[in-house]
Amino acid sequence: MSTENIRDDAGAGLSRRSFLAASTAAGGGLLLDFSFPTVAPAVAPAAHPAAAGGTINAYIRITPDDTVTIICKNPEIGQGIKTAFPQIIAEELDADWKNVRTEMAVVDQAKYGAQFAGGSFSIPMNYDALRRAGAAGRQMLMTAAAKSWGVPVSECSTTAGVVHHEKSGRSLKYGELATKAAAVPPPDLKTVALKDPKSFRIIGQAIGGVDSPLIVTGKPIFGIDTTVPGMLYAVFEKCPVHGGKFVSANLDEVKALKGVRNVFVVKADDAGAGPYVGMQMGMFDGVAVVADTWWQANKAAEKLQIKWDKGPHADHSSAGYDRQAADLAKKDPVKVVRSDGDHKKAFAEAPLKVEASYYYPVVSHAPLEPMNCTADVRDGKVEIWAPTQNPGAGRGLVAKTLGIPPENVTIHVTRCGGGFGRRLSSDFIIQSVMISKQAGAPIKLLWDRRQDLQHDMYRPAGYHNFSAGVDKDGKLVTLRNHLVTFGIGEKFNDSATFSPTEYPARLIPNIELAASPIPFAQPTGPMRAPGSNGFAYAFQGFLDEVAFAAKKDPMDFNLAILGEPRVITVPPGPFGPMPPYDTGRFRGVIEAVREKSGWNKAGLHALARQGGGKTPSGPRTGMGFACYYCHLGYFAEVVKATVDDQGAVRVDKVWVVADVGSPIVNPSGALNQVQGGVLDGTGQALGLAINIENGQATNTNFHEYPLLRMNQAAQVEVHFLPTNFPPTGLGEPALPPVIAALANAVFAATGKRVRRLPINPAELKTA
Amino acid sequence: MSYTIKVNGTARTVDADGDTPLLWVLRDLLDMKGTKFGCGLALCGCCTVHLDGSPIRACVTPLAAIGSKEITTIEGVGETATGKKVQEAWLALDVMQCGYCQAGQIMSATALLNQKPQPSDQDIDNAMSGNICRCATYTRIRAAIKQAAGMPTADTREV
Repeated sequence: MSTENIRDDAGAGLSRRSFLAASTAAGGGLLLDFSFPTVAPAVAPAAHPAAAGGTINAYIRITPDDTVTIICKNPEIGQGIKTAFPQIIAEELDADWKNVRTEMAVVDQAKYGAQFAGGSFSIPMNYDALRRAGAAGRQMLMTAAAKSWGVPVSECSTTAGVVHHEKSGRSLKYGELATKAAAVPPPDLKTVALKDPKSFRIIGQAIGGVDSPLIVTGKPIFGIDTTVPGMLYAVFEKCPVHGGKFVSANLDEVKALKGVRNVFVVKADDAGAGPYVGMQMGMFDGVAVVADTWWQANKAAEKLQIKWDKGPHADHSSAGYDRQAADLAKKDPVKVVRSDGDHKKAFAEAPLKVEASYYYPVVSHAPLEPMNCTADVRDGKVEIWAPTQNPGAGRGLVAKTLGIPPENVTIHVTRCGGGFGRRLSSDFIIQSVMISKQAGAPIKLLWDRRQDLQHDMYRPAGYHNFSAGVDKDGKLVTLRNHLVTFGIGEKFNDSATFSPTEYPARLIPNIELAASPIPFAQPTGPMRAPGSNGFAYAFQGFLDEVAFAAKKDPMDFNLAILGEPRVITVPPGPFGPMPPYDTGRFRGVIEAVREKSGWNKAGLHALARQGGGKTPSGPRTGMGFACYYCHLGYFAEVVKATVDDQGAVRVDKVWVVADVGSPIVNPSGALNQVQGGVLDGTGQALGLAINIENGQATNTNFHEYPLLRMNQAAQVEVHFLPTNFPPTGLGEPALPPVIAALANAVFAATGKRVRRLPINPAELKTA
Repeated sequence: MSYTIKVNGTARTVDADGDTPLLWVLRDLLDMKGTKFGCGLALCGCCTVHLDGSPIRACVTPLAAIGSKEITTIEGVGETATGKKVQEAWLALDVMQCGYCQAGQIMSATALLNQKPQPSDQDIDNAMSGNICRCATYTRIRAAIKQAAGMPTADTREV
C-alpha cells in the first residue's frame, strides 16, 4: 500500500485540539465529541449546526427515546466498516444494539483524525481508540446515574442500555441519562476502563450490514443516487490518452441538442498535467456536457467531435511495453531495492539453479458503481456528495484547486458501490466541482463504463525476472528478482515496485531485489492489496517452481524458508508503530491449510502427481498452494482446479486459513471479505487485462473486461486461527495468494506453468 | 413525447424521447433510484427489472418498447411473495458487501424462483451469470436463493 499517498486535508490546521468533550445536543442528549490523539476542549458545537436531536461532530449521540446514534468515521465501500465500527463503540458503551443507529461522518479531520478506507487499516488503526470512545460514554452515563442517586459511581454497573445500582435496585435507561451525562466531564481515554473481551456480546457477533435493509428495497444510498434541488447532469469527455490537451470541438453543435444546457471545455491545472502523477490526480482537459437528464447529456456527448493533442505517449502499447521489458531484463537494474549477502556467488555455487520470468498485466479496478460525484459550488463554498474512499484528500484537492480554505468544502460521504482502491483518487470529485463552478449550478457528474475503464489509475503491470539457488539439502539459499515495471528514472509509479521486505527477504542469506522502469502512458494507483496482488503471484508462483525442482513439497519448502518461530522487528509505518513480522504465525496458517485442505491425502499437488499432465485423458485436476503476508494478515491458501481438454480452467475449491488476530469484530462480514477477495483474485487470474494501444486502453465494457461471474465462482472454505494478537483488517490480504495457488494448481493439473496472466487456455490445451 | 407505463402497479406518465432507456426513465424521471447503472450494454445485470415477470435489462430497453407491459422494480418486488422471500433471505444470510449489484441480483433471483421454485446449482448458474457482483458475493447469493426456495443452503456442486 502506498500509504504515503493517503493524505488528509492539506490545510485542516491539525491543531490537535479536542480530545474528548461533551455538549448537549439540541433536544437534549449526550454528544461525545472526540478525536485522537488530541488534548484540549471541544470543537464549539456552533461550528456544526445541529438539527433537532442530531449533530454530526460526534461518535455517540443518545436521545431521550433511547436511540443511540453512532457515527462511523471511515467510508463504507463494501468492507463492512459502517457495521463493524459501531459494533466496537456499542460494545464498550454497553448499548442495546437494537437501539443503535449508524451515521456516516462528514469529513472533519480535527475531529476524527484520518478518514479513509484503504490498506485494510480501518480496524488496526481504530480498534483500540473506538473501544475507548465507547467506554468513555459508558463511564459518563454511569457517573450521571450515580450523581442523580447520590451513590458512588463504583457501585454502578451497566447492562445493555441501562445503568444499575444493585444495592438499591434502581436503574435508569441511557435515554433518561443522556442529557445529564452530556454535562459530565469526560474521563481520560488512556485510563478509561475497558471490558474484558470474554464478556463481549456485540463484538464477535455476526451482525448483518446496517444498510442492508435499505439495499434490498432499493433505497437511494449510493453516490449515484444523490439528488439535490436544481441539479443538472453532466458527462465529461476526457482525452483517451492521459494528460492530452484539448484543441477544438463542435461545441455549438452539441449545445443545440435536446435537453442540453451547456457545453464547455474545462482545462487542466498543474496538478492534472502529465501521465506520471500518482493516484491523487488533479484536473485535466475535458469537455463537459450539462443537460436536464443524464441520458440527454450522454446522448449529446456521443455527438462530440473533439480534436486532442494527445501528447508524447500516443504511440504506447502493451506490446511495446513487453518489448521494452524484455530488453531491460537483459540489462543491469536501474535501482537496487535490497541486497543481502552475495547472490551472484551463491547462485554460481548452488547445486540447483532455477530461472523463470513471471508477468502480470495492467488491470482496472472497475467498481460496479461508475465514478460519479455531485457538487454544488457557490459563494466561495463547495458542497459535495461523493462515493469516495479518501474524502480528506478530496477535500484538500478541491480547496487547493479553488484556492479556498478546506473549511469551505463540505464532503458528504455516501455509500460506495465498490472501492477496490479506485476511489482513493479524487479525479471525479475535482471534475464535478469544476463543472459545477463553470455551469453555475449543482451538477451530478456520472461516467459511463467506457470512461470508467479507460480513465482509471491502473494496477501497474510487472515483469519479474527470477533466479534462485537451492543447496544440496533442498533449501533456498539465494534469490534474485529483477522487476521491470512502470516508472521513469529511479521514480517508480504508484504501487508498481516492491518494498525491501518482500518475502523471502529477511529470511534467506542472499537476496537481490532490483527494479527497472518503463514509462507508462496512464496513471497508476493502488488496487486491492496493491503491489501484493501481483507480487504474491510472481514470487509464490516462482517459489513453487523452485520447490518442485528441488523435489520439495511447497508447504515444506516455505516452512523451511520461514525457519523457527520468531519475531522480526519492523520499522514504524506511516501511521505509527508496526507489529513485528511473526514467522510463527506464518507457519501456523501453512500447517493449518495443509490439514484443512486434505493436501497430503488428496495427492493432487504437483509433487504427488510427479509433474502432472500425465493423466492420459479426461479432466485434469490439481491442487496448488501459496502463502502470503500483507496488510498485517497471514494467509495460506490451497486451490483445487480442473483444466479441460480445451484448456478452460475451472476453479473448483479454495481453502483459506487466515491469522488476523482476534477478536474477529464481525464474523459474517469477515467471512464475506475473505470469500469475496479470494474469488476476486481468481477472476483476475482467469480473465482480466487492460490492453493499451495508441496510448489508451482499448477495453470499453465488460465484454472486454470479463469480471468473474456466478458460473465461475469456486467454493471457498475459510478458517480463522483465533490467535491472541490485536485484530487486523480483511479487505485485502485474502486476495494475493490465491492467484499463485491457482497458477500452481494449473501446473499440478497440466504440467504447464502459468507464467503470464491472465491464464491463457490456448497454452493449456491437450495436444 | 408522453408515455404512460405501469411501474409496480401504478400508471406513471413521463415526457421523454421513445429511445430513452427504461433505466433512466426510472432513475431520473421517476426518481426510483433502486435500479442501478453498471454498463449500459446489458452486460452486468445491475439494472435488471421484470417486464411482465421476465427479467430484462432496463439499460437497453427503450421506453417506446414497453407499451402496456407491467414493470416491477426492486422498490416493488417485495410486494410479491417470492420477492419478499428473496429479500428476507438476502438479509438473513447477510449477502451484501458494497450492495450495488444486489438489486439486480434480487430481481434475477426472484424471476428464477418464480420459474423454478426448487432450482439446481446449474439452474442458478444459468439464471444468475448475467449479473456481475464485483465484490464476488456469489457464495452467499447462491445460498440465499436456496434459502428463499426453502432448500438446504449447502453448495452441492461436485468438486
